Amino acid sequence: MTTLFAPVAPPAAHRIRIFTPGRIAAWFALGLMLLITLAPLWMVVKTALMQSANLYTESDQLLPSAPTLDNFIRVLGFMTLEESRALGGSGAEINFLRAMGNSLLFTSIIVVMQISLAAMAAYAFARLRFPGRNTLFALFVGSMMVPGVVTFIPNFILIKDLGLLNTMAGMVAPFCLMQGFSVFFLRQFFLSIPRDLEEAALLDGASYFYIFLHVVLPLSITPLATIAMLTGINMWNEFFWPYLVAKDEAQQVLPVALQTFKSQTAQGQPDWTGLMAATAITVMPTILLLVVMGRRVVESVQFSGGK
Amino acid sequence: MANHAPHALSRTRRAETLTAWALVLPAFIGFALFYALPTLRAIEISFTDWNLLRSPKFVGLANYAAMLEDGKFWQGMKLSAIYVVLNIPLQVVLGLFLAVSMDRLTKSLFVKSIVLLPYLLSNVLVAMMWLWMLDPLLGLVNGMIDGLGFDRQPFFGGVDQALFTVAAVNIWRHMGLVAMLFLAGLQNIPRNLYEAAALEGASEWQMFWRITLPLLRPVMVFVLVTSVTGSFQIFDTIAVTTNGGPLDSTRVIVHYIVQNAFSFYKMGYASAMSMTLCVVMMLYTVFQMRVMKASQNDLA
Repeated sequence: MTTLFAPVAPPAAHRIRIFTPGRIAAWFALGLMLLITLAPLWMVVKTALMQSANLYTESDQLLPSAPTLDNFIRVLGFMTLEESRALGGSGAEINFLRAMGNSLLFTSIIVVMQISLAAMAAYAFARLRFPGRNTLFALFVGSMMVPGVVTFIPNFILIKDLGLLNTMAGMVAPFCLMQGFSVFFLRQFFLSIPRDLEEAALLDGASYFYIFLHVVLPLSITPLATIAMLTGINMWNEFFWPYLVAKDEAQQVLPVALQTFKSQTAQGQPDWTGLMAATAITVMPTILLLVVMGRRVVESVQFSGGK
Repeated sequence: MANHAPHALSRTRRAETLTAWALVLPAFIGFALFYALPTLRAIEISFTDWNLLRSPKFVGLANYAAMLEDGKFWQGMKLSAIYVVLNIPLQVVLGLFLAVSMDRLTKSLFVKSIVLLPYLLSNVLVAMMWLWMLDPLLGLVNGMIDGLGFDRQPFFGGVDQALFTVAAVNIWRHMGLVAMLFLAGLQNIPRNLYEAAALEGASEWQMFWRITLPLLRPVMVFVLVTSVTGSFQIFDTIAVTTNGGPLDSTRVIVHYIVQNAFSFYKMGYASAMSMTLCVVMMLYTVFQMRVMKASQNDLA
């Protein structure tokens, strides 16, 4: 006889006590870690909102005395060079609005192409029989083991020979066609879908491609979103390759533009308020992503390591 | 399928094969162009003398021989190795600590999001933030050190501090990721193991060493292999903060390779070093997997 409301006393041995010294110490340590994580972000935002004239007097205060949006307006290119220099700008002409546009384009092209092509290949690997399937799949997975430090020189030479230096095409090329992890990840998911639906469609005379588009893909929205998000985050943050092939200002993505902005400042003090405004702008999409879909982000990242 | 005529069967099989190849083809082109051929080409380039202007000249093993004599190559390897040693143990311990604390204390998504946040920011961003935090003149950290009555520190600007600083910044960026990976692993450990151990009178400390840690082994192998090989290829943070300086104190191996390729235009020599680095990392990976018996699962 069990009733739902019977008072169930937990066995004394592992009743959860909230205020043991150990737990308090652990909370304290965890709190400290969170503080260490958030403090630099706080200082970025604070500095971005600060007037550069106050840089020396209130650099280690936690709040700006006279907050201003001038730094953001300045680095987004909505100010003339003279105005900008008057406000402490280095005179370096960096247009973060354009860099942001480039970053968005770079990331979207890669996510859309890489995930579509990976899904196609993964479906073939999971469901279709063709000669060389297992060898090819092993090679694709093996490509994950090739470190970037081996391929970057030949890839650079290829892009250069194709005349694609300083172009969007050259920047996205190595990422947009194939990525071993995306293929591997989606194949695993496709293998887990029951075959019944596909076999029914096959008996109705549907082609494999039709089945892929109209049966398999609609069932795979969640894993597609997961892998798209992981790829998107990685590409938004990618520095090395765009730094090698697209240093021209017109093509720079955000991380490259930030690096350029920093290195263009003459000896002595960089334009900290401008730099931090640019940093804050670049951080924004990531924070937004976490606020809107935090759980999915956390689970995707955990999954990517737990395969 | 018994009532199908053999002819019809072979036709569906043909359609299947053709569809499969059509679906795989674009990804295969990507694989061939940007993974397979470049890997072979890197080996080939490493046997040449090539500055991209003249045509490459075959020099046999000369690049590899020069490499063994090159003090800067060894210095780069040494710095990368020191960096790994500074970086990994602390990152793993802190990540494990965070994971165990979160597992015990909270399931809050807010906490998890903050813990993971630094990893979601690019190396360049993180470098920029810490350049500001650690600025000798205006940075908050030096302000605090000064306030406590100690001398201001150069951090990125100090010959004997720069590499430590870069390592600290990367620990800050990665410990959250390591924590989330361990946390996922912890949640796969059956709770009844702990209940049984508690009934036997085991202490928390014993449970951690006897149950938690051994059962986290597969995650541990993954974390170690990816973070050690990743750290050995450290480049971004250094390109932004110290650019190899001061006095070459952060000229790690990948920075030296990139410098040879794109500042000195020694493509052959740079490739020879890349291949060597790749082999070193592969040997490490195999060794690590062997030592930790990565393929065995204690729960199975």
